[in-house]
Amino acid sequence: MFDLGRWQEIFQSIGKNKLRTFLGAFTVALGIFIFTVLFGMGNGLKNTFDKFFSDDATNTIFIFTGTTTKAYKGYKEGRRIQLENEDLELLLKKMDDKVEYFTARIYKGVQAKNKNESGSYTVRAVHPQHQFLEKTIIDQGKFIDENDVKNKTRVVVIGRLVEQDLFKNENALGKFIELNGLAYKVVGIFSDAGGDNEERLIYAPVSTIQLIYKNTEDIDQINLSFNRAIGSAGAKKMVNDITKILKEKHFVARDDRSAIRVRSVFDDYEQNMQFAGMLQLIVLWIGIGTLFAGAISIGNIMVFVVKERTKELGIRKALGATPGSIVGLILQESIFITAIAGYIGILIAVFALNGIGNNLEDYFITNPQVNQSTIVWATIILILVGAIAGYVPARRAAKIKPVVALADD
Amino acid sequence: MIKIKNLHKSYPMGKESLHVLKGLDLHIKEGEFVSIMGSSGSGKSTLLNIVGLLDIHDEGEYYLNGQLIEKLDEKKAAVLRNKFLGFVFQSFNLITYKTALENVAMPLYYKGINRKERQKIALEYLDKVDLKDWANHLPSELSGGQKQRVAIARALVTQPKVVLADEPTGALDSTTSSSVMDLLKEINKEGMTVFVITHEEEIAAGTDRIVRLKDGVIISDIKTKELQKA
Repeated sequence: MFDLGRWQEIFQSIGKNKLRTFLGAFTVALGIFIFTVLFGMGNGLKNTFDKFFSDDATNTIFIFTGTTTKAYKGYKEGRRIQLENEDLELLLKKMDDKVEYFTARIYKGVQAKNKNESGSYTVRAVHPQHQFLEKTIIDQGKFIDENDVKNKTRVVVIGRLVEQDLFKNENALGKFIELNGLAYKVVGIFSDAGGDNEERLIYAPVSTIQLIYKNTEDIDQINLSFNRAIGSAGAKKMVNDITKILKEKHFVARDDRSAIRVRSVFDDYEQNMQFAGMLQLIVLWIGIGTLFAGAISIGNIMVFVVKERTKELGIRKALGATPGSIVGLILQESIFITAIAGYIGILIAVFALNGIGNNLEDYFITNPQVNQSTIVWATIILILVGAIAGYVPARRAAKIKPVVALADD
Repeated sequence: MIKIKNLHKSYPMGKESLHVLKGLDLHIKEGEFVSIMGSSGSGKSTLLNIVGLLDIHDEGEYYLNGQLIEKLDEKKAAVLRNKFLGFVFQSFNLITYKTALENVAMPLYYKGINRKERQKIALEYLDKVDLKDWANHLPSELSGGQKQRVAIARALVTQPKVVLADEPTGALDSTTSSSVMDLLKEINKEGMTVFVITHEEEIAAGTDRIVRLKDGVIISDIKTKELQKA
């Protein structure tokens, strides 16, 4: 490796045989380029999935209701199940410290108005901890707090886009907004990574909305997050327990799947991550295939190179080159070309991936990148490939009898 | 210098085998200028390959510089070739992408001599064949005679014991041929053992001893001076 004379021989051989070198190097660079870009795209796909599910807390359990599909304990089928405040209280009592955050949700469609600007929006009436479950980001002011719920104050927290729509360039914080003719004070403005629809919502205290709309105890949905310490097995058990408690309380048959529905993001998340992981695995295999095809091409080119150099190698042998020095010469040249060309391929690919950046977000590819360790591995694989691709023809070259090599004209 | 006893060589040809050399005995002393003559198929190239350690014999004994050649692996052969033998080929066999100087310096590289020293020695030998001014030219820029002189310089550069020349004038016209032969004669006068293979009578006549080969056996072995006397 550190034989200066051999390096001089190699540089001369490369310098004097530019086309041959270029063909070999190009194949390698192209192979590694495709591999790196594909791998980066795979990562981009995974990033998209990650981002989708980072919007909501991943340990959230959603509880909502529908109509019964089975008659049970004297009740007819087709009965609508309505959640109420006491359902939430019951669950909190039974689940105790397994619950991290909780909230009820009531949805109301409203006509919102500020001076001359108005529009249709959805009000979500919630508990204070909703903020953590939804990962709501407070830009100004505050979110709904315990006092608001206790005192049933008429306050709202509006989305960034609601402010933009109704207040134009003004700051909405501290101002009043009319919802279906009633005035509410804006105590906070939020944004949400979940997208535009999330940012067109209006949050209000659950108790306020219950009071204003017919003074009921009804709620539309309950969201809970479980304490992560209980693990995924504990979470699954908790989902089952919640289902059982609610079904018993509302007289719903155990096998009635539509009256009480308990869903956990945790399941979806795992499933989707598995899916993204599989996609990446497929991409990885395509990449490895490409690399393999590249290796075969290098091998082919090396065979061609050795064939072309048969006579030269024969001369070298006649002049005293040992088989070992012939193998070394070919192998070292092959590894050198693969390593340099491969590195160039990687550089161009990384450059291309940076260039793509977030331009392909519409195609579910976010920030395609390859990490350092992938690059290191690709380089190691490359040098190995160069060595293997070079070794077989080099071995054969070393076995050529000078008589045969020199006799061909 | 070269001593051969009862040398046999055959090549497998399908199921049969072709018996090329059928028991040769030959003794070439140091400083001799010998030519091997024979038509194609007489076995002269095979003899050269065996003497040149490019091929191995099946049977018999071969001493090179007093050393018995046996159980020769490729590596050992390469070292011995580099140390004792210089080759001159009919088709010159220069490396096309290397200059005259680099071609001459090549055997020194395999001898493990450093680059600076290599170039110095190679230039001396190019001077010896009157091609010092052509040192940095590629083989494609040289005439046939010049190429063969480069090849001769390359054969001499390691100061071998024997120069083996396989039809050294086969690709040259008659004037160039005689100048190449003169060069070989000169080298021989300086004490080098020169072993030429040829099928041309004229070339053989220029050497001191002619060994004629036919169908794998030596049919005559005459000193040319004796021939002239007769």
